[in-house]
Amino acid sequence: MIETPIGPASWRDWLLAEAPQSRIQARLSRWYANWLALRRNPLAVSGLIIVLILVLMAVLAPWLTDRSPYDQALSARLQPPSSEHWFGTDELGRDILTRIVYGSQITLLIVFLVSAIVLPVGLIVGTMAGYFGGLLDTILMRITDIFLAFPRLVMALAFAAALGPGIENAVVAISITAWPPYARLARAETMTLRGRDFILAARMQGASALRILWSHIMPLCLPSVIVRLTLDMAGIILIAAGLGFLGLGAQPPSPEWGLMVSSGRSYLLDQWWVATMPGLAIFIVSFGFNLLGDGFRDVFDPRSQ
Amino acid sequence: MPPVATTPAKLLAGERRSRAAAFAWQSIRLLTTLALTFLGLTIVTFCIGRVIPIDPVLAVVGDRASPDVYERVRLELGVDLPLYQQYWNYLVKLLHGDLGTAVLTARPVLEDLMRVFPATLELATVAIIIGVCFGVPMGVMAATSQGRWPDHLIRLVGLIGYSMPVFWLGLVGLLVFYNNLDWVSGPGRVDVYYEDVVEPVTGMLLIDSLLAGDTAVFWNAVSHIILPASILGYLSLAYIARMTRSFMLGQLHQEYILTAQVKGLSRSRVVWRHALPNIMVPLITVVALSYGYLLEGAVLTETVFAWPGLGRYITAALFNADMNAVLGGTLVVGVVFIGLNLLSDLAYYLVDPRAR
Amino acid sequence: MSALPLLTVEDLHVSYQGRSGRVPALRGVSFEVGQERLGIVGESGSGKSTIGLSVLRLLPGTASLAATRLALRGIDLLHATESALRTVRGRRISMVLQDPKFSLNPVLTVGQQIAESYAVHAHSTRHEAKRKALEMLEAVRIRDPERVFGLYPHEVSGGMGQRVMIAMMLIPEPDFLIADEPTSALDVTVQAQLLELIDELIRRRQMGLILISHNLNLVASFCDRILVLYGGRVMEMLNASELASARHPYTRGLLACRPLIDRPQAELPQLKRDLAWLSEPVGAGVARTRD
Repeated sequence: MIETPIGPASWRDWLLAEAPQSRIQARLSRWYANWLALRRNPLAVSGLIIVLILVLMAVLAPWLTDRSPYDQALSARLQPPSSEHWFGTDELGRDILTRIVYGSQITLLIVFLVSAIVLPVGLIVGTMAGYFGGLLDTILMRITDIFLAFPRLVMALAFAAALGPGIENAVVAISITAWPPYARLARAETMTLRGRDFILAARMQGASALRILWSHIMPLCLPSVIVRLTLDMAGIILIAAGLGFLGLGAQPPSPEWGLMVSSGRSYLLDQWWVATMPGLAIFIVSFGFNLLGDGFRDVFDPRSQ
Repeated sequence: MPPVATTPAKLLAGERRSRAAAFAWQSIRLLTTLALTFLGLTIVTFCIGRVIPIDPVLAVVGDRASPDVYERVRLELGVDLPLYQQYWNYLVKLLHGDLGTAVLTARPVLEDLMRVFPATLELATVAIIIGVCFGVPMGVMAATSQGRWPDHLIRLVGLIGYSMPVFWLGLVGLLVFYNNLDWVSGPGRVDVYYEDVVEPVTGMLLIDSLLAGDTAVFWNAVSHIILPASILGYLSLAYIARMTRSFMLGQLHQEYILTAQVKGLSRSRVVWRHALPNIMVPLITVVALSYGYLLEGAVLTETVFAWPGLGRYITAALFNADMNAVLGGTLVVGVVFIGLNLLSDLAYYLVDPRAR
Repeated sequence: MSALPLLTVEDLHVSYQGRSGRVPALRGVSFEVGQERLGIVGESGSGKSTIGLSVLRLLPGTASLAATRLALRGIDLLHATESALRTVRGRRISMVLQDPKFSLNPVLTVGQQIAESYAVHAHSTRHEAKRKALEMLEAVRIRDPERVFGLYPHEVSGGMGQRVMIAMMLIPEPDFLIADEPTSALDVTVQAQLLELIDELIRRRQMGLILISHNLNLVASFCDRILVLYGGRVMEMLNASELASARHPYTRGLLACRPLIDRPQAELPQLKRDLAWLSEPVGAGVARTRD
């Protein structure tokens, strides 16, 4: 065989190789194949673009605008969209576009925190129930069922009411209602993995249950759980915005989008932009996550094709 | 050649008996699950009400209560008792229909709930009718045109529905259809001068007005309910259409579909007469589930449309720190959820001949 | 073989869209069938079932079909509109599928399904269709038609299910029946009864039949002529009576693989296949062995 150095020109070939030479190549080429499949789906690509714009907006907020989301200018209250204020101003004369740009930070923060709670909780509960089975499985799944039996928003409302309003409590309330589907999913995956030969091999080598769960089962459950999480992002954003709208999430003067819709409500009939613009932002972002999640599902779940 | 031996009658009877036993066993299992879920539900509401708040008494009486009210409620709640005993007391009261007294209305919570629930039920029912009437045909259409433009269009319409903040859509709807176009009536169930005109029988205005033969009230109520119900219906439509599509795709690849085509049946007859009855069971489950989600969507929609239902009752209670009312409402929604699950399980026995 | 061909297939090509390009299923199949019994034999994947679906124009959307001629007694099936095809399906050509467990609609009673088959072509009343369906159930020798009429497919045995299937396919009185492995899913004891029933019905109704099967013995004893299919091509077409003297190496290979009661063997020979057969013209393999 002739040794050829891998130059930039052959990266594609290397990724598309029929017989990968190493584990890294195999993994990267599978990702590449998924990426190619995702790229063919125009809806998924537009979803990805929307999500990327959201992230960029959140990170670059201070550089995108030199206004502050909190600075009031009572002389410039409730001004319609103009070249000065693209999305108009609100009842305290704050620039709505600026507030939406900064509000993206809050949206991302909520999504990130909820994921950071829900993923580990769902994975741990699900893999343990699936791996150990028996009584533990029954108990854990019963608990999961109870949480699934509650409508999410109403439950989140009750928790938010008990914990008191605020973003942190909204995150906790959403997380408490959001983890059960992940536990279900992780359990189902674990059950199919449990009897596989490589798990038996690991067990025969004396690996502890904890080690098998952590280094063999959880990594394999992760992809489907992440796909599910992408699909759920929109729901999380909507519930967070709903809590904000009801006054149980972020508190004024925070530029949280749901809260902004709520405060613009009083001016709806005459100054439509105050409530409409932030609502549009909520819709576009959750639409972006839905498009992306839908594309993911097509790529990762061949049954849906 | 002798005629085919049919199954002996004796054997068939035995099979029936064992099937009846299986049905009984299934029912017992189902009821046990339901009871356990209900218990779990009460544990959760108990925890939200008594365990999570730093001061459960304060959560019940609110900040403005005088010290002796505080003391009285403290004894009433039995906060000094061990937790399991507190829970037991809570459960016993609950089973007697005692959800406590609402601070806001100074009436028993149960009484309040019975008054507001029909309004929500009415809204959600009209919404689900809209959702089913549009969602099922859309899903069927998407499945039969899989991969072509109607499929993509319906998928897009569904995704937009999934992504819509319902409270915002309600506001925009009010702005456009009520304020600008004046096609529908504004917030509330009925215009002020029609209020309390008809005798409440079911509590659902559309039915009550028809019972009373008062068409003016009926049409006024229709003009009020149509916008919020359409908005809620759109959300459930998105879910119903998507699930119908995927169930339908599963059926269209079955061999009995080929049989129906071999017989020379038209495409629409194959789809509606042969495939659709086969997805009835999962479809009913989906409709029941989305009916539950509608109750949830109703919380936000009712706030926007000043709809005097369960959702507005819960949110109003939230702002008055009226935990009894909040938890009572939450529990009702949870029980309705359980009930819907039960109904969809029962539907399986009614609709699918294989289960009978 | 009757003088007038009922069904004519000329140079039929079918391919399916696979994950990586098109996969050919039939490559230039031609044959004619009259009022007779033609058997089509071949291994799994030889394209047997695709022939039946092509004739009815019911191939899945991923398939593409091309032929120079595809006709049923003057009706051009190749260029017929969808609505014209619907008057052919069931009414002129019918097909019995393999397994009644899957091919009957699980949520409709067998009676409803048979009656529908009649009603849709005869535009009859509900009552008339039911009467016809009961008659037909009797014709396929079901003892208690009234009772069976109201049963659901999961409540009847496999053999009875296949009788129901036959009743449903013959009730519009078609000229031609395609039976795709009609007995493979059934018990051996029921198989013979069912074939006898098919034989009797098509004789009485003067129909043509294509019996698709992987079972050479069955086809040889049941059909007038046999078409041997391999890799989507016709290897050989011969009279059933001449099967023993088949010349094509593939047919002979198939024959050698049959377990025979009067010729016990410890091990059956393995079937030899030659990809060259797929590229040579029809009959070449036969001609070569003749030399």
